[in-house]
Amino acid sequence: MSVLEFTATELLAELTVGNVSATELTRVYLAQIEQNDEAIGAFLNVDAERALTQAKAIDQRRQAGEQLGLLAGLPVAVKDVLCTKGWTTTCGSRMLEQFVPPYDATVINKLKAADAVLIGKTNMDEFAMGGSTENSAFKKTHNPWGLDRTPGGSSGGAAACVAASMAPLSVGTDTGGSIRQPAAFCGVTGMKPTYGRVSRYGLVAFASSFDQAGPLAMAAEDVALLLEAIAGHDPVDSTSANVPTPSYTASVREPIKGLRLGVAREHFGDGLDGGVDSAVREAIKVFESQGAIVREVSLPHSKYAIATYYIIAPCEASSNLARYDGVHYGYRTDEKEMLAELAEERKTLEEAGDRAKLEAMDTSLVRMYRKTRSEAFGPEVKRRVMLGSYALSAGYYDAYYLKALKVRRLIREDYDAAFKDVDLIIGPTTATPAFKLGEMNEDPLSMYLQDLYTVSANLAGIAAISLPCGITGEGLPVGLQLQAAPFEEEKLLRAAHMFQQATDWHTKRPR
Amino acid sequence: MGLTRDEVAKVSLLARLRFSDEELDTLTTQMGQVVEYIRQLEEVDTESVQPMAHVADIHNVLVDDVPRPSLDREDALANAPKRDDECYRVPAVLGD
Amino acid sequence: MSDKPYEIIIGLEVHVQLQTQSKLFCRCSTMFGQAPNTQTCPVCIGMPGALPVMNRRAFELGLKTAVALNLDIPKFTKWDRKNYFYPDLPKGYQISQFDLPMSQNGWLDISDPKGGFEPKRVRITRAHLEDDAGKSMHDEAAGKSDSRIDLNRTGTPLLEIVSEPDLRSPQEAKAYLTELRLLLTYLGVSDCNMQEGSLRVDGNLNLHINTPEGQVATPIAEVKNMNSFRAVERAMAYEAERQYEVWCENKIKLGDSPGGHKTTRGWDDGRQVTVKQREKEESSDYRYFPDPDLLPVIVKPDEVEQVRAELGELPAAMRTRLETTHGIDPYDSDVIVNQGRELVAYYEELATSTRDGRRASNWVQQDVLRTLNEQETSISEFSISATALAELLKSIQAGDVDNTRAKDVFDEMVRSGMSAGDAMAALGIEKVDESEAEGLCRELLEANPKVVEDLKAGKTKAVGSLIGQAKKRNPNVNPGQFKDMCLKIVEGM
Ligand SMILES: [Zn+2]
Repeated sequence: MSVLEFTATELLAELTVGNVSATELTRVYLAQIEQNDEAIGAFLNVDAERALTQAKAIDQRRQAGEQLGLLAGLPVAVKDVLCTKGWTTTCGSRMLEQFVPPYDATVINKLKAADAVLIGKTNMDEFAMGGSTENSAFKKTHNPWGLDRTPGGSSGGAAACVAASMAPLSVGTDTGGSIRQPAAFCGVTGMKPTYGRVSRYGLVAFASSFDQAGPLAMAAEDVALLLEAIAGHDPVDSTSANVPTPSYTASVREPIKGLRLGVAREHFGDGLDGGVDSAVREAIKVFESQGAIVREVSLPHSKYAIATYYIIAPCEASSNLARYDGVHYGYRTDEKEMLAELAEERKTLEEAGDRAKLEAMDTSLVRMYRKTRSEAFGPEVKRRVMLGSYALSAGYYDAYYLKALKVRRLIREDYDAAFKDVDLIIGPTTATPAFKLGEMNEDPLSMYLQDLYTVSANLAGIAAISLPCGITGEGLPVGLQLQAAPFEEEKLLRAAHMFQQATDWHTKRPR
Repeated sequence: MGLTRDEVAKVSLLARLRFSDEELDTLTTQMGQVVEYIRQLEEVDTESVQPMAHVADIHNVLVDDVPRPSLDREDALANAPKRDDECYRVPAVLGD
Repeated sequence: MSDKPYEIIIGLEVHVQLQTQSKLFCRCSTMFGQAPNTQTCPVCIGMPGALPVMNRRAFELGLKTAVALNLDIPKFTKWDRKNYFYPDLPKGYQISQFDLPMSQNGWLDISDPKGGFEPKRVRITRAHLEDDAGKSMHDEAAGKSDSRIDLNRTGTPLLEIVSEPDLRSPQEAKAYLTELRLLLTYLGVSDCNMQEGSLRVDGNLNLHINTPEGQVATPIAEVKNMNSFRAVERAMAYEAERQYEVWCENKIKLGDSPGGHKTTRGWDDGRQVTVKQREKEESSDYRYFPDPDLLPVIVKPDEVEQVRAELGELPAAMRTRLETTHGIDPYDSDVIVNQGRELVAYYEELATSTRDGRRASNWVQQDVLRTLNEQETSISEFSISATALAELLKSIQAGDVDNTRAKDVFDEMVRSGMSAGDAMAALGIEKVDESEAEGLCRELLEANPKVVEDLKAGKTKAVGSLIGQAKKRNPNVNPGQFKDMCLKIVEGM
């Protein structure tokens, strides 16, 4: 049996007893990347030397009898939206193609402190905007279960690298489903923690009131391990929750007796794929056979979740992305060309005697901004920046943004009510399995509707996990979503582990 | 009352973006569809609902006024697309 | 008060830099005058992923100021993003406060002891916290059309204090600023140094013109780039006249289209004129929304009361108290209080120990302030303590030295650091003994029969010429004492 079939938790045990060294393990995964990533395209940046240096240092410290951190030599892949000091962080954008942060994100600091080996930075939709990773400026990522399929997004690389055994652990980020949907599409386990559980410091913002980093791995146990390493209060993130971090690794194996599961009718509506539907219903039966009590819950405002999300998130994004203006870092348009273009325009207008247009002409600074941003942002990013700028502009604030904030509260209140009766809400992560690459390119709205089951958790700030629960007739994995009240990650992990004790969907690998 | 091309053009200046005529047409259609979709929120009664800007019920996050070392200038300027030894450089901020 | 057929309407927006050690949302130092771009970090450069955390001290200083300006402190306040693009604004937005500022509805009383205008209460709309932008420098010397950007100042805490349009003249505007600056200095919340940019003023001005058809308002101009209070006064005066001339020409009213909208003008100090600044149609669409990275602040009423209790005595109250306790005029109390808390303490010690508030006031205003000016020093570093000066004033009261000679003693004290007694001795000043004085008096009267005649006729001024002669004979002669003595002798003749 190859180490590649081991879960991260099993690998940690092997590392600890000395059956394998961090260096050996890192070499195995680097070889796996070398072999498979040309076809998959999960990584934007792999720095073998950096990884091996880290691994060697960890091995030496282990040999010297030093106490090692929680991850003690396990390779971890990191989505390229988390700042790494001295190591390019692109966010999948031309804008940041050359950006080398002078600081580490808190999550990166924590990974380093836990003695993880940072093996590479994974591909993503540009600035985490998208659900297929096709919006990456650099490359497409293919789903290991079918190379003509999307791995999902925006953390497509993060999910694909775990599915293709190129990393045992991977950190993604989830703004509207960006961890859970790719986890579902790639047949891995992925969690969006409660908003505030994991520090956002150094996580390049898409929509600040939704963004949350979280783990992806093969099994719930592994997710527990990685979450324990990266969670915790951070004084440099004002929105970080000042609550203790439980030992997830200690509790994940304890089954929940009398688990109360809620099923929301809203999660089983039109558009739900038959294969997904039946796999999820089977999964519910598995829980029932373990003594879980299932009851119906109602989330009446969940049907407004997409609309609410696609107002608030673009508004925040339009402001968060204003900093990419070609002045302090990142891409800037060719100034000579820009000035020549302006001169040409002025000449034309002067010849035509169009004084109004001459008056309204961009200054060279404004044109520099506009050209820089238009050249370096991809179409989806521009679309969302435009949507947000529009919704926040004079006269529309109350109708769109303020209204959405109110509906957001109603969505949260639905959950608060539901969690009075049940421990977890169970349902599909996505309505369909992984769709084909290129399928959604021309239709942004239908792409947005993909987030139907996942965005509510971000709007409400609650915790949710996706785990594999079946394989469709086409041979594609199906994701089961469990949602929990804020800071109830332990319940998610314990329930997911119970399920993975009774089933083997999470051990299935693509060929 | 759909979104007009003119409005989209105006927003593009606000957002410091620039589109070709063709792009502007496509964008007007696509944004129009999304705006149409999000209008469904109008049917939700939010009369007595407080807006929720933050999901976290946290307030008064304040830190002590104690200075810490800044970045070395070289590290601060390292990513600048155009700079000199001391400053970032941009096309003139004054007039044309 | 004016012969012009209009009333000037002015509202002021003042930005003061709060005196913190570190910036509003990061821990970079706020020290002024450091080499460009040496006081920045990922947060204040607006680097991807960096997040703000609010400086407690900045909030406290804002709160203190707000309470002192009689502003209401709402229980709940939040932070908003004001979105616009500018190279010295690296985040692409300023963190400010929009609809729920930390304070609103207050006032500041102003008056002019010289009677230039009636005392008035200027309403203050709001005071809120925000972060400062960096500095853009146009680099013409290099012959390139580039601007250079220094972000050291980016993120420095500012308190924006917005007045209602309650000011009716350039003088009132200046008085408001002077009183505001004094208050802020008393509170110790800002050094209010305009040269270093820690106090900046924008003025909104228009006119209410009386016409046969009734009163009309001219379009509002916001005037920027005024780098001193004098500049504010002049800019406001210039702008009022300019608006009147323009109105006489085109009759465009506030709100008319076209031409009736608010414009932005810059004060050109060299040419002493205001100049229209370029504007874009979209420039005021700031797309405010709550900053998702920052959480609200809740202030409890008892915290506000605590701040109020710890404010100490503020300038207005202090003036009134000096007037009633020490019997001085509003003009004098104004001069003393305007010099700051330390000078007031000095004055009070002097007034109390000499029990003569007026004399103490005169000495402080004339001799002490003059010396401080000459020495370019402050009262805390002044070499003559209030106790030492009190000794001198007591000698005057006792008739040991006259007022004129006392000035020499004072100068000697300043020069040598001696006590009043020692300085008097060094100058050979000693009280002329009664019999000696009387002898001198009789002698001089005898030698000047014309004077005796005049005095008998009730022309007491005539004694002046004798005082001059007496002083020549003995410089220690006390003029008051000498005069009384002469009159008494003449009366007994
Ligand atoms: Zn800083």
